[in-house]
Amino acid sequence: MKKLSLPTVLFMTLATVFTGCKDQGDKSNGALTSNAAERVYVEPGQYDEFYAFLSGGFSGQMSVYGIPSGRLLKVVPVFSQDPEKGYGYNEETKPMLNTTHGFIPWDDTHHPDMSQTNGKLDGRWIFMNGNNTPRVARISLSTFETEEIMEIPNSAGNHNSAFVTENTEYVVAGTRFSVPIPQKDMPIKDYKGNFKASLSFLSVDQDSGEMDLSFQIRLPGFNYDLAHPGRDKSHGWIFITTYNTEEAHTLQEVNASQNDKDFIAAVNWKKAEEYIKEGKFKTEKAEYAHNIFDEDTHMATSTIKDEVRVLDASELPGLVYFLPTPKSPHGCDVDPTGEYIIGNGKLSADLTVHSFSKMLDAIENEKFDGEAYNIPILNFEDVLGGTVKQPGLGPLHTEFDGKGNAYTTFFISSEVVKWNVGTWEVLDRKPTYYSPGHLSIPGGNSQEPWGKYVLAMNKITKDRYLPTGPEMNHSAQLYDISGEKMELLSDFPTIGEPHYASMAPADLIAPNSKKIYKLSENKHPHAATSPADVRVERDGNEVHVYMTMVRSHLNPDNIEGIKVGDKVYFHLTNLEQDFDVPHGFAVIGAENAELLVMPGSTETLVWEPKKVGVWPFYCTDFCSALHQEMSGYIRVSPEGSNTELKWSLGEE
Amino acid sequence: MKKASLIMIIGSLLLLGLFKFPLWHIQLEAPQYPDPLGMHIFIEGIQGEEEFDIQNIDGLNHYIGMRTIPKPEEMWEFEVFPLVIIAMVVLGVLIGILGFIGKVGYNWFLGWFVLMSVLGVLGMYDFNAWLTDYGSNLDPNAIMKLTHPDGTPMTYSPPLLGHEKMLNFDVTSLPHTGAWMMFVGMSLTVVAFFVGRRKREKRA
Repeated sequence: MKKLSLPTVLFMTLATVFTGCKDQGDKSNGALTSNAAERVYVEPGQYDEFYAFLSGGFSGQMSVYGIPSGRLLKVVPVFSQDPEKGYGYNEETKPMLNTTHGFIPWDDTHHPDMSQTNGKLDGRWIFMNGNNTPRVARISLSTFETEEIMEIPNSAGNHNSAFVTENTEYVVAGTRFSVPIPQKDMPIKDYKGNFKASLSFLSVDQDSGEMDLSFQIRLPGFNYDLAHPGRDKSHGWIFITTYNTEEAHTLQEVNASQNDKDFIAAVNWKKAEEYIKEGKFKTEKAEYAHNIFDEDTHMATSTIKDEVRVLDASELPGLVYFLPTPKSPHGCDVDPTGEYIIGNGKLSADLTVHSFSKMLDAIENEKFDGEAYNIPILNFEDVLGGTVKQPGLGPLHTEFDGKGNAYTTFFISSEVVKWNVGTWEVLDRKPTYYSPGHLSIPGGNSQEPWGKYVLAMNKITKDRYLPTGPEMNHSAQLYDISGEKMELLSDFPTIGEPHYASMAPADLIAPNSKKIYKLSENKHPHAATSPADVRVERDGNEVHVYMTMVRSHLNPDNIEGIKVGDKVYFHLTNLEQDFDVPHGFAVIGAENAELLVMPGSTETLVWEPKKVGVWPFYCTDFCSALHQEMSGYIRVSPEGSNTELKWSLGEE
Repeated sequence: MKKASLIMIIGSLLLLGLFKFPLWHIQLEAPQYPDPLGMHIFIEGIQGEEEFDIQNIDGLNHYIGMRTIPKPEEMWEFEVFPLVIIAMVVLGVLIGILGFIGKVGYNWFLGWFVLMSVLGVLGMYDFNAWLTDYGSNLDPNAIMKLTHPDGTPMTYSPPLLGHEKMLNFDVTSLPHTGAWMMFVGMSLTVVAFFVGRRKREKRA
């Protein structure tokens, strides 16, 4: 072997240092890492390694992306009508959007959270909040459809939601805004002391996933921002950030930012269960809608419920404690061990970390520093687990990689910062483009994260992509966190304004994804599951068309005897039993939408013809070589005429 | 002769596999069917490899005017074949037992094999005739009428054995477990014949 001379060694060392500086951040795993493009490239026909479920913010929906490619896989309609699929427009799903305020076809979605078993993601359901008209939705991860929506009474700005406990015992939904409870006409200036907050616990049936508003905890009239259920040792608790402990009702940007410390409310829900068992609740009148979509009937029903069990935190000791936290904390995150509770004080220069065991100790020794509305306030120093000093400006949210590290987004300084849980030392920081809100690591809010990637969801996109007028889609940025240093791999546009995202390995979700609905299990009352069921029936001015769809015809394709002023219900059943072969249905002049009917399911479109004529209807989803031929005519006669009701297929 | 007779009995009994396992398997692969469509042909009827494969094959076939895949009651073969197999099993076992107690000679084993082979060839002939008819006796109003380059109408009979490209589909037709058990069983009866004969020669 050739001997190395001193000058050679010196030169090599210098070169290493030089390139090391120049490429800082691009080479974290040494020679093994290839370029970023290769690491997010998923070959045609290959699958992504992870699913990412992103809330749609003001779009009211949930989008599904493949990670690392950033390919959009699907948009699942949740709280907003979706003309693409007929969701919220067809007769089957309209009840999903029913509330006590009426039919609300939009919302503001923030926090998708996946069901868990033993603190691990289990891939059964995703729960997500509707922020505006307080609601919680459950989305099935076998059908990727919204199966249930529960309205939350006594709540306003359902931001602090939907958070899932360690075994999906509850989905917890807290109010952001305090309001008069029960609602009444009163002066806004009398907010202080009169407005109240509710924290709702929705129990989850472990087989069906069906939710039940089990009970509410009544809390003082602060703003409750974000929450995280305890894990492992802190299982049985939920931690909630508060702001506006000042109880200001006007110019909140100033008036709600006066207190040096707000609180993290530590709520002992196991204790709440005991109180419920002991009957220490009040049953109060409260109307709320509970909407369920049945997979077998392909129909949703909406039920209005009228009472709720309430536990008052001011009257029931041991239920809630306040942990002082600087300053207007936003995100509240619990590390995978359940020991540390991170309060991201958005106006604070430092990150505050509380210790769960210190908290228990303080509670046991009654080391209280006063009270708020009869709820004990713990001493800041007694519960403090550590402080991350000067990590950045405007911390919002923290996730964990399962290797003892935490990653926090900083909105103002626009970066993701990696730090160690325990030493509180900042390990790495990477800029984002620009102003990240939440970030997500697969399983990063559970006891078992897959610490390979972090996805930062940015609020501002300017100059990242080709401009599209004054507004651009928000950008998500993917970082590789498998090495010591984070690496920015890619960014991609997202739909609406994604807040949180739940990410999970593809293996956990894909094998359970449903391919068709079985026609033999279709229990829709208006299904036509064979050509023998095809018919048209008149009932006064209502006409029910029982129609089938199969490649490549609609049966019947000729309908006569409809009159102006009729209300025509097209009940369409897709007879296909083949994966990914939906058929669409559109009729001229339909005021609602078109339909997209999945194999084996039934959907109903209402059509109220206003003009005399012979009007076409057709399949909207290119289904086969003869898709263009998949059409028919409906004859509309003048009001009061005697055209005979008849229908046919294939008759000359 | 006892050993030969036992082999004969086992060989005949292996035919019973046809009542449990498919005789033949036809697979249709195309780019838009990443999970190929498949048909299992049993002696008592045809089943899809997956629950809805038959329905989906029928859906495709209607473009070119093929009839739907026959149900068991629509073909006499599905009644007769099981009876023939049962009869041959009973006959084979009977011959084996008679051989065991020394009532018949080893030539009967070969006789059974020859009879089974003839029936097998007839069965294959019938199967092939059915495939040909199924693929060429097309609805005159078929949506798609395709011709070969020489102008003759295209037919769509799946191959009896092996692979063939049919339009955008790769069609593969192969014997399945039931058939392999039958082949092994039939081979055993030939083995029984030779074992029996060798024993006889040794004694002589």
